[in-house]
Amino acid sequence: MKVSLIAAGFCALASFAQAETPTLTIYTYDSFIADWGPGPAVKKAFEPICHCTLNFVGTGDGAALLSRIKLEGARTKADVVLGLDTSLTADAEATGLFAPHGTLPKMDLPVAWTDPDFVPFDWGWFAFVYDKTKVPVPPTSFTELAKTDLKVVIEDPRSSTPGLGLLYWVKDAYGDKAGEVWKSLAHNILTVTPSWDEAYGLFTKGEADMVLSYTTSPAYHLIEEKDATKAAAMFTEGHYMQVEVAAKLKASPNQALADQFLAFMLTDAFQSVIPETNWMYPAVTPKDGLPDGFDMYRPTKSLLYSADEAKTLRDGALAEWQAALSK
Amino acid sequence: MTLWAGGAVAALLGLLTLGTLAAVALRAGGSVLLSVADLSALRFTLEQAALSAALSVSLAVPVARALARRRFPGRRWLVALMGAPFLLPVIVAVFGLLALFGRHGLLNAGLALLGLPGVSIYGLHGVVLAHVFFNLPLAVRLLLQGWRAIPAERFRLAAALGFSPADVARLIERPMLRAVLPGATLAIFLVCLTSFAVALTLGGGPAATTVELAIYQAFRFDFDLGRAALLAGIQFVLCGGATLIAFRVGLPATEAPGLDRPVERWDAGAPLLRLQDAVLITLAALFLMIPLGLVAVDGVPGLLALPAPVWLSALRSLGVAVASSALCGGMALALALARTASGRAAFDLAGMLPLVASPLVLGTGLFLLVNPVADPAFWALPVTALVNAAMALPFALRALQPALDRIEATHGRLADSLGLTGWARLRLLILPRLRGPLGFALGLAAALSMGDLGVIAIFAGPGGATLPLQVYRLMGAYRMAQASGAALLLLGLSLGLFWLFDRGGRGDADA
Repeated sequence: MKVSLIAAGFCALASFAQAETPTLTIYTYDSFIADWGPGPAVKKAFEPICHCTLNFVGTGDGAALLSRIKLEGARTKADVVLGLDTSLTADAEATGLFAPHGTLPKMDLPVAWTDPDFVPFDWGWFAFVYDKTKVPVPPTSFTELAKTDLKVVIEDPRSSTPGLGLLYWVKDAYGDKAGEVWKSLAHNILTVTPSWDEAYGLFTKGEADMVLSYTTSPAYHLIEEKDATKAAAMFTEGHYMQVEVAAKLKASPNQALADQFLAFMLTDAFQSVIPETNWMYPAVTPKDGLPDGFDMYRPTKSLLYSADEAKTLRDGALAEWQAALSK
Repeated sequence: MTLWAGGAVAALLGLLTLGTLAAVALRAGGSVLLSVADLSALRFTLEQAALSAALSVSLAVPVARALARRRFPGRRWLVALMGAPFLLPVIVAVFGLLALFGRHGLLNAGLALLGLPGVSIYGLHGVVLAHVFFNLPLAVRLLLQGWRAIPAERFRLAAALGFSPADVARLIERPMLRAVLPGATLAIFLVCLTSFAVALTLGGGPAATTVELAIYQAFRFDFDLGRAALLAGIQFVLCGGATLIAFRVGLPATEAPGLDRPVERWDAGAPLLRLQDAVLITLAALFLMIPLGLVAVDGVPGLLALPAPVWLSALRSLGVAVASSALCGGMALALALARTASGRAAFDLAGMLPLVASPLVLGTGLFLLVNPVADPAFWALPVTALVNAAMALPFALRALQPALDRIEATHGRLADSLGLTGWARLRLLILPRLRGPLGFALGLAAALSMGDLGVIAIFAGPGGATLPLQVYRLMGAYRMAQASGAALLLLGLSLGLFWLFDRGGRGDADA
């Protein structure tokens, strides 16, 4: 009885507090709100500006984020969704739950950005990361890789967005020949993991020679661990990109606040946090520039399907991949 | 009264498993068909689960027998540590295995020194190896419970009659195994049925696709709830079939009462037998302890550098584990009592349900049920405790049910004639005699609950992270050393909890 009275009092207090300051609820992927992720710094910077409470809700990874929104539908409590990527935006768009964004400032993306709803907040190039002391001469393309005995670990495109990115990378670079390329790579693929964490773990434990990750991965080791042995292999086919985006929901009662957040997202206070917490390129380069190590790798050619192309090609590319590797 | 409590637990389990499945299926609507890829996933899933279960159990019998008839310093620790592989986050255990069997693992380094060709762990054999690593200790522990339950008087009688070890095996041990093995095999088969990360990572490619991965894909990339529900339904049907077969094969042990004297094994004194047991125990210990040792060594540097939030998560996980253990103990006891009183297999079946529930379907279904009425993030930790309790229940039951049946068979008539019923029977007869298995069950539930990521991910709110979730978050942020440290912390805490409960249950008895 006493406990329930305390609980009632607590709830009453909580609702008073809510009445005074509005709350903006943002659904995002789990690693964004980890204590060492961008979330805490973003919350600290935005709350004094908006005079609101920023409520991050973590939902697993990017794909889980979209599933969550679809599960909740129009009744979702989210005002903003942050952390989908370009392989998911066509599906997200089709739900009809998202609202168009306003005009965007000039951004530093290697590709033109035309999506009416989704606003990019960071991006990166996929790349195979290796250890210079163990692989002195890295391959320079998928075809070169296929000629070596190097063992790579990749993520499963059915459960991981980097895995799906690799699928699009090979498809974009080789088109109809993608299936053959996968067949030629089969002997290089040590194993396929459900997500990036496991794959990168296998690489750092020395089990694999190379891992599918990002061109910015070596910068992490350089900055955080003072370890300059990790490098990204530059491929002549070009490098497929991942662009991470946010958008506000049509049904949100906090439209103005959501707009304010999306605008804030592209300012220095948000963007300068990204490189050393999310280890991706910020969508707008901060005025103090990028940390050391972020300029080590600049692919000459960037590959990226539009959201619609990605959606159309996905099932076919997946079938090719599965057929080539299921032996 | 007994039946009511058992029925309520069975209904709750049904709601958690079949109810959540129905919630997902209803949300989906429409009809779906299985694809060719689904069928091959189904075949692979059954194949690896059957192989893993068969191998785990057939290796566990000689190891458990050796442990049952030997007393040596450190035996208690060895038995406690054996529970560890089952408690680790899957990926951490896989790293430990790879440090031994991987491309650059100790085994291949040794082979290279000898000039022999290396071996690859990736493939069906790797999946089975990993599942044996996870489940062999569990099987050994469950079988040891069976051995402990054989009254000392039987071995005394066997010695008086001059039984050879073969006679003991035939007349005393085999009937016990006949009662215990089917359940243990079934439990492991079902655990392996829903395996996903291990199967994919060590399977070496998409050929090693399990049904659970197909469910994952249906949810995450296609958002095809109908297909997810259909696949999960197939898993339930498989579970039901396997459970029925196991009950057909299994025979209840014929019971004669004992006087709880300490067990003395006159039959096991031969030097050759001693040597055989020593070799078996050593091999099993090496197979299980080397990967764990490598995990521990790997984790020590990171343990010292763990950020404060990880320690908070550890506290949170401890709370969840203790709550979950109490819940699980209560539910298992209620189910087991109802089963013994009624003799209805439906209670067994209910107790097995959580094993085959796809964690993803269960999590999503619960979310669909909870979301309209309450804030899922607020309920994240209670839901986690409940789900983990349900997930540990089948194992707790495997420990409790045979022991309870035995108590009723040996003391039931006396208790009946004394009019000992209800609470009094539970307090005076059952609980004191059930102390050992109950302690083991509570410890296992607590430890499993520490380690299981389960459904927390979909419910997780801000700052509600449990320790396993933090391990994955650290890994996801390149912080591999800290992740290893956090995994070591998790391992230590799980083992500690298990040891505390199990020790409490054993009292002064040694086994």
